[in-house]
Amino acid sequence: MTTADNPEQAQEQPSTAIGTSPLSQATASASPGASGSPGASGSPGASGSPGASGSPGASGSPGASGSPGASTGGSSTTSSDVVMRIWRGDSVGGEFREYRLPSQPGEVVLDVVHRIQATQANDLAVRWNCKAGKCGSCSAEINGRPRLMCMTQMAHLPADEPVTVAPMRTFPIIRDLVTDVAFNYEMARRVPPFKPRPREADGTHRMAQRDVDRVQEFHRCIECFLCQDVCHVIRDHEENKPSYAGPRLLVRYASLEMHPLDTDDRRSLLREQMGIGYCNITKCCTEVCPEHIKITDNAIIPLKERVVDRSYDPLGWVGRKISRRS
Amino acid sequence: MAGSSAGSMSSPPGAPQATASITTAAGELPLHDYDVLVIGAGGSGLRAAIEAHIQGARTAIVCKSLLGKAHTVMAEGGIAAAMGNVYPQDNWKVHFRDTMRGGKFLNNWRMAELHAKESPDRVQELEEWGAVFDRTPDGRILQRDFGGHRYARLAHVGDHTGLEMIRTLQEKATAEQIPVFMECSIRTLLKDANGQLTGALGYWRASGEFIVFRAKAIVLATGGIGRAFQFTTNSWESTADGQSLALRAGADLMDMEFFQFHPTGMVWPVSVRGLLVTEGVRGDGGTLKNSEGRRFMFDYVPEMFRAETADTEEEADRWYTDKVNARRTPDLLPRDEVARAINSEVKAGRGSPHGGVYLDIASRRSPEYIKRRLPSMYSQFMELAGVDITKEPMEVGPTSHYAMGGIKVDADTAACTIPALFSSGEAAAGLHGANRLGGNSLSDLVVFGRRAGLAAAEYAKGRTGTPEIERGQIDAAVAAALEPLERDQGEGPYELHQELRETMQSLVGIIRTGHELEEALERLGKLREHAKHVKVTGGRKYNPGWHLAMDLPSLLSVAECVTRSALVRRESRGGHTRDDFPKTDPEFAKVNHVTSLDGDTVIVRAEPHLQPPPELAALLADDPPAGSSTATGSGTGSATAGGNPGATAGENPGATAGENPGSTAGGNPGSTAGGNPGSTAGGNPGSTAGESGSKEENR
Repeated sequence: MTTADNPEQAQEQPSTAIGTSPLSQATASASPGASGSPGASGSPGASGSPGASGSPGASGSPGASGSPGASTGGSSTTSSDVVMRIWRGDSVGGEFREYRLPSQPGEVVLDVVHRIQATQANDLAVRWNCKAGKCGSCSAEINGRPRLMCMTQMAHLPADEPVTVAPMRTFPIIRDLVTDVAFNYEMARRVPPFKPRPREADGTHRMAQRDVDRVQEFHRCIECFLCQDVCHVIRDHEENKPSYAGPRLLVRYASLEMHPLDTDDRRSLLREQMGIGYCNITKCCTEVCPEHIKITDNAIIPLKERVVDRSYDPLGWVGRKISRRS
Repeated sequence: MAGSSAGSMSSPPGAPQATASITTAAGELPLHDYDVLVIGAGGSGLRAAIEAHIQGARTAIVCKSLLGKAHTVMAEGGIAAAMGNVYPQDNWKVHFRDTMRGGKFLNNWRMAELHAKESPDRVQELEEWGAVFDRTPDGRILQRDFGGHRYARLAHVGDHTGLEMIRTLQEKATAEQIPVFMECSIRTLLKDANGQLTGALGYWRASGEFIVFRAKAIVLATGGIGRAFQFTTNSWESTADGQSLALRAGADLMDMEFFQFHPTGMVWPVSVRGLLVTEGVRGDGGTLKNSEGRRFMFDYVPEMFRAETADTEEEADRWYTDKVNARRTPDLLPRDEVARAINSEVKAGRGSPHGGVYLDIASRRSPEYIKRRLPSMYSQFMELAGVDITKEPMEVGPTSHYAMGGIKVDADTAACTIPALFSSGEAAAGLHGANRLGGNSLSDLVVFGRRAGLAAAEYAKGRTGTPEIERGQIDAAVAAALEPLERDQGEGPYELHQELRETMQSLVGIIRTGHELEEALERLGKLREHAKHVKVTGGRKYNPGWHLAMDLPSLLSVAECVTRSALVRRESRGGHTRDDFPKTDPEFAKVNHVTSLDGDTVIVRAEPHLQPPPELAALLADDPPAGSSTATGSGTGSATAGGNPGATAGENPGATAGENPGSTAGGNPGSTAGGNPGSTAGGNPGSTAGESGSKEENR
């Protein structure tokens, strides 16, 4: 397949604000920042807005951040070899290490990482499960772009340059490509659970398909946390984490709030504790979602509207009162 | 690298903290105390934990991966439950019959009965907990066709039902605030001097530090053994942990020779060979074809299913919309039959370029329909193989998928053959007999997960005193676990694992023969010796090489159970095909093979197979069971058949559910006719309305 065959993919190619920093570090072959996080030294497109990070053409190609030729030094690739630059280290520190191996047709990045693991670095730490884009375990930053390793074809990456694989930057490093994503699970524990209305007289719940299409879209989330990784509110802003749910959890809130059977109201929680106001709709999350969930348009913006309706809209409030009476 | 065992007592961030510790040769280890410890966080483990928790037991979950990543997430097609939403003729008796026939009658009949009776409630329960299944036009849970199921029976969400299910259960467990020990592997079950189960020893994958659990009851919900094979749909987690833990604790395994090769895995590119292609493709109208373009499944209808299988393409195609007057397409024979047929076609030189056969839905259904019903398949083939399944056929072939065998359990309580130990899901044996029907695994998970949790909580409640943790066992297990890190030389774990996978794939695969099984045993014996000297580089922190080294003995001993059981079953039945004994032998219908450990030696013995009581046995005849016509009045099917002219064109009406204006969600169950003007109003609305006021206009 070429990206041209798939409009969704074609669209996603040019962005990558986020990508530039880990990459620049990679090409600089560098000592990670003081914190030891591979991406620490980079600022993710300053404002984090895709426009700002901008110059998509440039940042989309790994070459943009530095001349890869230089960075690879003597290890120029041949057509039958692939060169992988993989971040190795732990919370204390680490570096990109280079691995060269024969290329094989049809492989995805995770295949190559597994081959390195089996033949050159038995202890290379990487999370994975399904290898089919269904479980969301193998998230990483590939050539600077947050992606699933199992769904990134080697053939779609520039063949004449090393492929850089770094751990997600928003989460603390455990080891190599494995990060500590506990933040997401802690935020999940704070979600007020689904609270269904009673069943119909015949014991069923009735919902029209068109009324659940949107919720089903949200339920496609595989919890890869790439949207959390790319979200500028928490990427490089550890201090925001306790008061900001992040795109993944906002999708979860949206799936509950829009569930036809749910009777709870989480709007004040969203405003007061989950920081929905922090999101400034740069759509970085939507761009990296491997499930193509329209996170910003379909989840976050409608949630923002609901929260605003409730909190700041006296006219709307009066209107609702009246319409309820009628 | 670090990892001094005396090291930190603290759990990883976000993990439950220990309140006590235990002194061992390896230093102070954190000790966690629970009534019920559930090992595994797939659908079955989560359901077990939720139930035990609801019953008031102090319950915790331990899992090897992050929460929500377990293999359940891979399940695609749906969850089988005779709800009768699409075909009111369906009921538990038909489901029971289908399951037993699919399992070639070697199933535990009581499990099959409980499963058929309880799965509708479990599906409703998932909905109650937030799952959103695809809907019928009248707003109920839609059900789809699958292999071996007489009626459209699988509640589903597109082709990612497992994701919906695991997320729902995960969120329920989270809402209940059940503690979860993520990325924590259990190494061994602990017993006291009297042989009573007392707990488990595990290690954190991230730090390599050990951790001790004290528990009054333990549920093994660890899934399958697929990593013993080369080409598999299974993730790294399917390393036979539960089966091996049970064996070493003295419990029995059963039916280990029965292993399912899913007929349709991807065959190309090489790196994704084995990846699952859902049976839903065929359930939704796809057909298998050989290189000559022939729908070859018509040539492989076994006697047992001849009476209920279509013998012309016309009838097979009509069946999708008319279950009453047409018989099932042979494309949807049970998986063992289809896998063998594909194998034969490829062997006969009628395969596809990459060694599979063609699975064609592109020429039979519209692109919109395919993308709506099979979105994951669409993107999987598009992104990994560059194949647009709305335009061209897929190439597919058998891939190792599911262990019908596993830990021997009591049907009602999921109790293993030693006290305080329970098991459910793929780890347990019995429900599926010699072959599992698609869709029956997800229902298995919740039906028997619940029962395991219930029984474990009961057991814990009745168990007096505090289980005494024996230090000696911990010392020995810790020392054994650390040995690979300390060796100066030895073989690498990856090489050994690869040899095991090749051995099982080539010698204990889809077609077996006696001498190859003997050869496999010889090789496994050698591998076991090598595994004793495996060497690992790197330290204890998140070291996959070390983790694999520790998993190897489990995989090897369970692989031996499979091989030895296969050797003694000198017949072919379900997921066990012997080239040297190609026929099904009625004598072998009378036995299940049970494996256990005597020291290090695997022992196989035949146990009499339990026969169903007469009233259930009567349901298993070749003719459709009487129950099928009792659900509603006669001629009900015509509502589906006549009423749905568009359906035959390939636009399955299920697809239109979403576009159906104002169906019945408004809570007006009595008036579903109005919700569905186009599709079946013309049928005979009166025919099925009697049941629930709803018509079955879907197919």
